[in-house]
Order: sequence, then structure tokens, then C-alpha cells
Amino acid sequence: MGNLRYRILSIVALVAVSIWALFPRTTTVRERNAQGVFHDTTFTRVPLKRGLDLQGGIHMSLEVDESKGVVANKSEAIDRALKVVRNRIDEFGVAEPVVQKVGNDRILVELPGVDDPERARQLVERSAFLQFQITDKTNALEKVLPRMDQIIRSKGIVAASPGSTGGKAASGGDTANAAISSLFSTDTNKAKAGTDTGATAKGKGAAADTSAAPDTGLLSGASNGPLSSKIQAGQMPGEFFVANADVPTVARYLDDPAVKAALPPGKTIHWGTPDEGEAANVTPFYVVDSKPIITGEYLTDAKPATDPLEGNIVQFTLSAEGGRRFRQETAKHINDYMAIVLDDRVMGRPPVIESAIGTRGQITMRGQPLQKTQDLALVLRAGALPVPLKVVESRQIDPSLGKDAIKDGIRAGILGVGLVVFIMVGYYRFSGMLAVAALALYVLFTLALLAGFEATLTLPGIAGFVLSVGIAVDANVLIFERIREELVSGKTVRAAIDEGFRHAMSAIIDSNVSTALTALVLFEIGTGPVKGFAVTLIAGIAASMVSAIFVVRTFYLLWLNRTRGAQTLSI
Amino acid sequence: MFRILHDTKIDFIRLWKITTVVTLAFTIPGLIWIAVSNYKYSIEFTGGTLMDVRFSKTPDAGDLRSTLDRAGVHGAEIVQFGASSEFLIRAQDAGEVAQQAHGANAVAQVIEAALTKQYGPGSYSVRSADTVGPKVGGELRQKAFYAILVSFLVTLIYLWYRFEWRFGVAAVIATAHDILGTLAFIKYAHLEISLIVVGGVLTMIGYSLNDTIIIFDRVREDLRKKRKETLYDTVNRAVNETLPRSVLTHTTTLGALIGLALLGGEVIRPFALVMLFGVITGTFSSIYVAPPILLWIEKKWPRAVGTKGGVGPRNVRSAQQNTPRKDDTPVAANR
Repeated sequence: MGNLRYRILSIVALVAVSIWALFPRTTTVRERNAQGVFHDTTFTRVPLKRGLDLQGGIHMSLEVDESKGVVANKSEAIDRALKVVRNRIDEFGVAEPVVQKVGNDRILVELPGVDDPERARQLVERSAFLQFQITDKTNALEKVLPRMDQIIRSKGIVAASPGSTGGKAASGGDTANAAISSLFSTDTNKAKAGTDTGATAKGKGAAADTSAAPDTGLLSGASNGPLSSKIQAGQMPGEFFVANADVPTVARYLDDPAVKAALPPGKTIHWGTPDEGEAANVTPFYVVDSKPIITGEYLTDAKPATDPLEGNIVQFTLSAEGGRRFRQETAKHINDYMAIVLDDRVMGRPPVIESAIGTRGQITMRGQPLQKTQDLALVLRAGALPVPLKVVESRQIDPSLGKDAIKDGIRAGILGVGLVVFIMVGYYRFSGMLAVAALALYVLFTLALLAGFEATLTLPGIAGFVLSVGIAVDANVLIFERIREELVSGKTVRAAIDEGFRHAMSAIIDSNVSTALTALVLFEIGTGPVKGFAVTLIAGIAASMVSAIFVVRTFYLLWLNRTRGAQTLSI
Repeated sequence: MFRILHDTKIDFIRLWKITTVVTLAFTIPGLIWIAVSNYKYSIEFTGGTLMDVRFSKTPDAGDLRSTLDRAGVHGAEIVQFGASSEFLIRAQDAGEVAQQAHGANAVAQVIEAALTKQYGPGSYSVRSADTVGPKVGGELRQKAFYAILVSFLVTLIYLWYRFEWRFGVAAVIATAHDILGTLAFIKYAHLEISLIVVGGVLTMIGYSLNDTIIIFDRVREDLRKKRKETLYDTVNRAVNETLPRSVLTHTTTLGALIGLALLGGEVIRPFALVMLFGVITGTFSSIYVAPPILLWIEKKWPRAVGTKGGVGPRNVRSAQQNTPRKDDTPVAANR
């Protein structure tokens, strides 16, 4: 009797723990609404984590992009990048995101519920490296143009075919969308409002002029060279224009290492943003001093705002030290032009520095939507990525597809489990019912195990679960068949049950171990959904051992107790 | 008590010649077919882009194709889901995969840009988009290969530990038979090799092994009972004794799998089909492959000096006296 009481108590305890593990919980998630304001959403739900394939969202694997230079210690670089990516995602406000390092050189990002892959990609992939660089005043490019032409000719670098995506500049990359046309205009100390907007207006005029009369402004003395014939000097020092059609070709020339090397030391070329006016058929590039006067690391804050005159803007603040340095540096460069370079691209037309500038400034977005403004402010705030990253794998699932998948999974599950129940009860009658009752506990235990280990329920996981219901009754079948044999050989009901359980044991353990071993291997190699399958299978095996052996045995003992000296067993 | 297949005395093993022909006739052509034209692999393994796009107005498939061609996405496979407005676009060409080396999204972006240009923004929605760069694909190929190898080895080690070597070898051969049969089945059914199909094969290995283990367990137990019968009869008896269990258990598992195959949706179906076949071939091999091979091994390398194992009905009489002695039973051989 004591034995039976102990058994029942353990089952009750197991059920209680399982129900507790699955009890709906209230979670509060910080999310950002359409207006970009954070708010806390509280919702109550069963603590079972659904995979991206069931709730929709975006999964990305990122690696260090080494196309722009080899990174010596990738693992350490990934660690640093991970922090920045995590900051950005936190700022972005996604419910229950996953940002983790996988292996030595990969970052895994999972954003449940996010359905704009482009935006998500930019959010994590954008370097957001901000620099302020003074445009070149020494005619550095003009001096070396003939040599560059010569190098291009002798190396036989071919012009890019029209429409080629080879030139980075031609793609009008993501970072180009924000144009910094005015800077520091809201600064209270020492910044001169109006300067930069003036510069922009002038720049637009210049762009229109040059495109209207393409022959003017050609660089003297080298007009026949492959490179020099395609570029025109702009109006400020270090500024050059290229007709949009020629941009891929020029980008290819300028990307060539030999051509790059011809540039005087200490100078760098950055592409600008194509002008957005009606006559936008030229794209500028700028020769600037390689050493930035200041970088984005001194940025302490950046926030989106709307200015009545400028439209959407990003206002930023530099740290006290940054402000001091900035003031010093800009004081040295009065009347020079300062390029604001974000991810190697000059944003807008460099404004002229009229006087030393302090700690605050702004980037105007030139009619870009608020969302882009918010995102730019966010990445500037979260900091620049220490190394460039690239997406090596991505998976985007629409929430509606996930809903369909859940529906399919549940229907398949009901059909499958229904068939199992039908077969068991139809064949084993009373004993079959005991097995089915145990199966209900099995389902409860398995789900509780999944919740307890915070495993993720995926679509293949549902399949694994349904399959494991089929496999779970295998143990009962083994036991029941054994009991039948023992009954046939003339044993009493009680003895037959005892013997049946005892003899079936080794077969049950063997078969479960062999399934569990392969599931473990699958868990090791699998990613995402397949890992979910392996986890449910393992949880299912563990739960089935308890339910099929311990619970069913207890049911029998209970039944034997109530019907003292039962002569027949419905099996 | 309602019983099926109770107390059967079917001489299963006698049929080994026929079943060998059946299994060879199924497996060999399949393997030759695989050798001639390889499997189709999912983008998880090859790299590439797979997009599920739903249009608000069903476009002409030809028009869709030429739109993608113009955008430079050549050789993309375009499949329409029935007559619905949903299309599956798969760009898996070597060229396209190479384009994804510096950003797996490259081709997906081109496709979306082309669709927006042709059909207008908001005229379609991307229900799912998978992009895999070439490096990740290569890694996964390697991983999947090791996984199958490792799980085979792990089960081998387990059998080694659990059974005497004769049983172990027979079980391993039966499992190898199931794997080869399943590989042929995947080819016949035109299934694509994806991670979930590999998962199906691995699960199948575990499952099919169960059956063999359960029959061998029974053989081992019956051997201990020292009945006056040949090993041939003991094995046959074990198969017959476990028959109700096999039938029952497989029906329940098949029931669950049929549910998945019919209603589980596109992602689950290939897995359910592989498992369905796995259950069938696992049952087959545990009756027609593992026992005859066990008998053959017993004949070739008898348990005790001077004894001969029986492998066919003709040997029954001559082998009558060769009941294994108790101390030679597999349990004793546990290392």
C-alpha cells in the first residue's frame, strides 16, 4: 500500500510541476510603436517559445566581411560587434530577440514578428561609422590624374558595362539615403546657422550647371584620359562630379589598388550622395584628408526630430571631450569645407566652416521618411560596428505563413493522435484506455519539459511531437503483449502484469536509447527548426518512459486494488 | 481478449530468397539512378535564394520569368502553387550563389526590386524568403554527412555494447540496408535533400533499429530457455512472437505519420514520407534481412567448436542437436 501511495503522490507531484511549468505567465515586453515611441506591452500566455517558423520573423547569420581587409582576430572582433548589434536590437525594441555568438565567427540574430528584412538587415549590417573629414585643398587629384590615366591604360582596366552592379557607388547604397546638408545650425554656441544650407543651394546650382554643359569644367591637360575625361571639378576644393552613366566605370577605376596607390598619402576618396534635384544626373565624389578631425565615437546621443524648415533631421550631441576637440579642430580649419562621412560616403554637400563649432549638430534627411531618420539615429546612438559584417544566411517568414503552419500542424496532430487512440482502445480495450490516459499525461509532461528547458517549438518540432506520440505507445504495446503472453501461459492477473512489465523493460530501454542517440546527433548538427525537432523527440522519449512505464503500472496497481482478486483483465 | 496474429507459426525466414530479390530490385536501380543523376539539394546545402511570393493579382508565369531574366536572375525555377496567386521562386544557379558571397540577401534584393518595378509596390507580399550564402551551404553539407556517419557509428557502438558481435553485425547490416533503401526511395519519390529530410533519415535509423533490437532481444531470451530446437526455429519463433507487437506499434506510428503526411503541410510532408518508408523498410529488414544474416553468420562462424548453424529449412534436421549452450548465449558475450 505504501508503495502505491508513494507512486500516486509522485504522479500528482509530476502533474503539478508540469502544470506549473505550463501555467500562463504575464510577460512585459518593451516594444516600439509606429511613431517610434517605446511602450510596454503586457500579455499573458503559455510559456512555450515558438520558433520563427511558427510566429513569423527574421533570422540572420552574420559574419565578418573580409572583402575590405582581413581581420586578424575574428572571434574577438565578433564579440565586440555582438555588443553593438545587441544594443541596436534593444534600441529597436523587438519582443524576445535572440542575439548570440555561434561558433567562433558568427552572430545569430532572430527578430520575431519583424517583417521588413531590408530594414532589419540595415539595422545590424550598417557600420554607422561617422567621420568628419576636411576636403582636400591641395589639388591632390588633379596632380596625379595623368598618372592614374596611364595606370588605367597600361593595366587595361575595362569600363564597366552599363547597368553593371560592379560599382558600389552606382547602387546608391543604403547609407546614401540620408543626406547631411546642414550641420550645427541648431547649436547654440558658435555655430552659424544658414551657412550650410547656403552651401547646399549653391551646390545644387553647380550640379545643374555642370550637367547642362558637360564640356565645361573638364580637367585641363588630361581630357583624353580614360579617367580624367569622365570627371569634372566641382566648385569647392576636392569636389568632383561624374555623370551617373559613368559612375560604375569611374568607381571601378578608383577601386583599383594601383590607382588608389597613386593618390598622394594622407588623402582618401569618398563618393557622395547623388543630388536629389530634378537635374540629378551627376554624382559627386570628394577627395578628403584621410585623418578625420573627429569620429562618431565621441557621439553621446542622437535623436530623430522634425524641423519646420528642414523636415526630418537627426540631432546629435558630442561628449564634452569630443566637443572640445571638435572646437579646436574646426578653429584650425576656418573657411575649409568639412565632409560628413558615414560609412565611407559623404552625406550631402560638405558645408564651409565659418567659425569653431561645439558639441551639438544635426543631420538633415532631405525628405527621407521618419522611419529612416529613426533608424539612423538609432545606429548612431548604439555605436559603430567595429568590423564590417555581412549576412551569410537569412530566413524570413511572414506571420501568416506561421499561422498556417500551426493550423496544419494541429490538424495533422489531431488526426495522428486520433488514429493512435483509436487503435489502442480498439485493440486493448480497458488496458488501451489506461494507455491513452497515460498518453494525456505524456503530452503534458513533454510540453512541460519543453517549457522547462526553454526549448523552442518549431514546425518540425510539432512533427516530432506527433511522431513521438506514435512511438510513445510502443512501450505500452510491448508491455501489453507481454502481459497477454503471460496470461495465456496461465499466470494470475497480478503475476502476469508484474512479469509483463519486467520482461518488456529491456526491449523498451533498448529501443528508446537507440532513438535518443540519433536524436542527440541531430540536435548537435541541426539549426533552428531541425534542432527543435530533435529537442521535442528527446523530451518525448523521456516523458514516454515515465508515462508508459511508471504511470500505466500505477494505474494497474490502482485497478488491482479496487477490484481485489480480479480474475480477468481486459487487454 | 481480441487478438490478431496470435500464436502464428509462419516460416518467415524461408522467404529470404524472394525478399532478397525484392529488396535488391528496389534498391539497386535507385542507387544507379542516384549515381547517374544526383539528388536535388535544397538551398540549405547548395546556397541560393528561395522566395515564396503571393501576388494580389496572379501574374503570367512566363511574364514573371522574363521579369527575373531581365533583372539578371537567370535560370530561376518558378513554381506556381496550384492555380493560386502564390509562386515559389528558387535561384540556385552557381552564378547566383556566387553573387551571395558578400551578402546572402543580394539575389533576394534584386528579385524584389524587379518585382516592384514590374508589378508595382504593394502588389505582392513575400511570405517567406530564405537566402543561404555559399559558405554556409558547404558547411551544412559537411555537417549532414558527418551526422549520418556519426549516428551510424553511435548505434554501432551501442549494439556492440548491448549484443554479442553476431547479433550486432546482423543488426548493422539490416540498418545499412534500410539507409540504402531509403536513399533509393528519396530518389524515386523525387524528394529534395533538405535538412529535414536528413533528419528523417536519422530518425529512421533509430526507429528501424528498434525493431531489429526487439526481435533479437526475443531471440536472446528464447536461447536462454534452452528449447530443443535449431537456431533457425528459435529466430523464426522470435519473429512470430513479436509479430503482434510489430504490427500494433507500426500501425500506431504509421497512423501518426499518415496524419503528418496528409495534413502537415509542405515543410513536414517530405519528412513524413521518409519516415513512412523508414517504418516499412525497418519492419521488412528486421524480419527478412537481420534474421537470415544472423543465421548465415552463425553458420559461418558457429558459436561453439564443432557445431553448425542452420540457415535454411533443409538444414533443420541436421542442425537439430546444435542448440546453443547456455554459457555461449549472447549475454555472456557482453563486453
